[in-house]
Amino acid sequence: MGPVLAGVLQLLALMAALALACKPLGAYMAKVYTSDKHLRVEKWIYKGIGADPDTEMRWPAYLRGVLAFSAVGVLFLYLLQRLQGHLPGSLGFAAIDPDQAFNTAVSFVTNTNWQSYYGEQAMGHVVQTAGLAVQNFVSAAVGMAVAVALVRGFALPHSRLRSSGGTPIRTGELGNFWADLVRGVVRILVPLAAVAAVVLVACGAIQNFSGIHEVGQFMGGTQEWNGGAVASQEAIKELGTNGGGYFNANSSHPFENPTPFTNLFEIFLILLIPFSITRTFGSMVGSVRQGYAILATMATIWVGFVALMMWTEFSHHGPAFEAAGGAYEGKEVRFGVGASSIFAVSTTLTSTGAVDSFHSSFTGLGGGITLLGMMLGEIAPGGVGSGLYGILILAVIAVFIAGLMVGRTPEYLGKKIGSREIKLAACYILITPALVLVFTACAMALPTPANSMTNSGAHGFSEILYAYTSGANNNGSAFAGLNADTQWFNTTIGLAMLLGRFVPMVFVLALAGSLAEQKPVPVTAGTLRTDKPLYTGLLVGTIIIITGLTYFPALALGPLAEGLA
Amino acid sequence: MNNSVTNTARLLGAGLRALLVLTLVTGVLYPLVVTGIAQGLFPGRANGSEIKADGKVVGSSLIGQAYNLPPEEGRETPAPDLKWFQGRPQNGLGTNSVNTRYKLVLSGATNRSGDDEELVQWVKDAKAAVVKDNSTDTYKVKPSQVPPDAVTSSGSGLDPDISPRYADLQVHRVAERNGLSTAQVRKLVEEHTEGRTLGFMGEPRVNVLELNVALKELTAKS
Repeated sequence: MGPVLAGVLQLLALMAALALACKPLGAYMAKVYTSDKHLRVEKWIYKGIGADPDTEMRWPAYLRGVLAFSAVGVLFLYLLQRLQGHLPGSLGFAAIDPDQAFNTAVSFVTNTNWQSYYGEQAMGHVVQTAGLAVQNFVSAAVGMAVAVALVRGFALPHSRLRSSGGTPIRTGELGNFWADLVRGVVRILVPLAAVAAVVLVACGAIQNFSGIHEVGQFMGGTQEWNGGAVASQEAIKELGTNGGGYFNANSSHPFENPTPFTNLFEIFLILLIPFSITRTFGSMVGSVRQGYAILATMATIWVGFVALMMWTEFSHHGPAFEAAGGAYEGKEVRFGVGASSIFAVSTTLTSTGAVDSFHSSFTGLGGGITLLGMMLGEIAPGGVGSGLYGILILAVIAVFIAGLMVGRTPEYLGKKIGSREIKLAACYILITPALVLVFTACAMALPTPANSMTNSGAHGFSEILYAYTSGANNNGSAFAGLNADTQWFNTTIGLAMLLGRFVPMVFVLALAGSLAEQKPVPVTAGTLRTDKPLYTGLLVGTIIIITGLTYFPALALGPLAEGLA
Repeated sequence: MNNSVTNTARLLGAGLRALLVLTLVTGVLYPLVVTGIAQGLFPGRANGSEIKADGKVVGSSLIGQAYNLPPEEGRETPAPDLKWFQGRPQNGLGTNSVNTRYKLVLSGATNRSGDDEELVQWVKDAKAAVVKDNSTDTYKVKPSQVPPDAVTSSGSGLDPDISPRYADLQVHRVAERNGLSTAQVRKLVEEHTEGRTLGFMGEPRVNVLELNVALKELTAKS
């Protein structure tokens, strides 16, 4: 069997596994977010927080909860790093510098996991396990909470989703942030991550607290190894589409990703919740077919991107790859070109940013595909939660465009898309490109930031464009040739991550609130059917055209110039 | 005004308490439980898959090593010890720049692009070296025989494996340097070649450390 066929079979196996898992997990998640009952452990947690999980919140209250929890998260993680020199269990590692600590704290709270530090030499056990890995869980749960709030906006008030003691739900209420946060962690993320972590250890990922210790070498002498809670962090890193590696080499490091099987398993974990949540959406709005239409859109783009990536990586156009006889620079032998291509696409079409091979050393067009994946807004299937709300915003835009074409007031899922709704959706899709392009332009125009580039010319420009695209879209992967540990990059990428995460959430929740206040309109013969393949086609087209129009000039200067040279 | 300050403080207090409680669940209990299960069920793997030769730990089967001669004066890069099978180039590895009382290996890739002139040169130099090192009096290696993994650095810089093609290429040299027959060494390579998992996952590979440990045993016997 050739490597191309093996690559295709791995893709098919992954699709089969996801197809089997999506329905039960998606239905389970719908139950989690609509159930009236609280588990005993959840009741303890609510008591600890001092919050009543049954209080319904309108969108401003929900947003305040999100922002307060995240602000505290940034501050806590910042202090943890600044105090590392004094914390026990830190291997004696020194405190992290202020600019890098700010960048890293923002990075993990925003589900980005951009890393301007080297994990193995900078972060001790306590910061990794009780700081960074905790945000891997809770930032993912926040994303899911916001997505569920938006879904409730579409679903309410015609289906009753949460009823406490039989009191009717008033209009405009989106649920309770604390309940959604805690349920996401306790009922979804922790159980799945625990199982996944044990599977990873069984295949060779390490899980110990032996600190830094010496191990013998074949040629004599010793090497110093980092021990650590790697498998437990790896599991949630993929499952929560976080992507921050324990080691600098991320998922290409054999202690994080030891075998070809774990490699596919990690891709599966990355895609599991983002694809499954379309089923959750379908169940909650009372039509699983609406969920399938979204799922089909995501899957079409994902498969298309994987096919393109395999094509360009296997044909290995580029002087160094032609000299070597294959695009193996930055790739591991055990994964090969095929599986590395699937990983690269899956990590950049979600908000993950973990890598099992280094994107900077992909072919020019391959690097461009990873960039374009993030520029789509990470919606195919996207980050946990953020992928769903991102694509629902685009679904609203697609309905609006269709409405303009036939001259009818657009509706989606029984809710009218009026001027307020479309303004909020438009703001959402403008904020990230604005951040990416303005910051990139500034970095190119100023004299010093360009000193951080490893490569020159078109690829050097791509390094900087990639950094801001990755930050503002909360991805976290890098064209890692860029030395991003400078005050300029730590600060500006930090701001891009912060604004790229929370400003869109404001628009999402405002939209959710506005939808939840509306009475649903009945379906008529003139209603655009959003659960049909025609609509899926329209949505795919809308996504590609909007992204293309926004980013084409920037892409032409970077990866296209390199790939066509 | 006063009211909104109180409300914000109350909200931040709730956020902090939520964070602390969830830190206890996900940052303390979860990793400890997983570590307990891992150490109970798979102690060898959870601690780094160490392998031994002659009763001594010689590394991890998962972490690639360098098989070089001791450094000589006047040479910038150490020369490979051609007695042993060689792994992939490791141009992306670094050493730690902070917390320097430790001597840590920083995993990583070169991050060079396909049109980077230095990378092209590294590849060409590596290819010439592979051809030269592996050609013996009776066996001449052609440049077209050199597989891509032999001349490129991996993502982690710690790739434990090489392709079966690269291992085959080294058979004649290794046999000659150890006074073994090529048939013996080729058999050894075949025994240490792992196919794709379930026939389709990943790529076929040869673990260099395990192969060299077996080679050492073989030479000690003969």
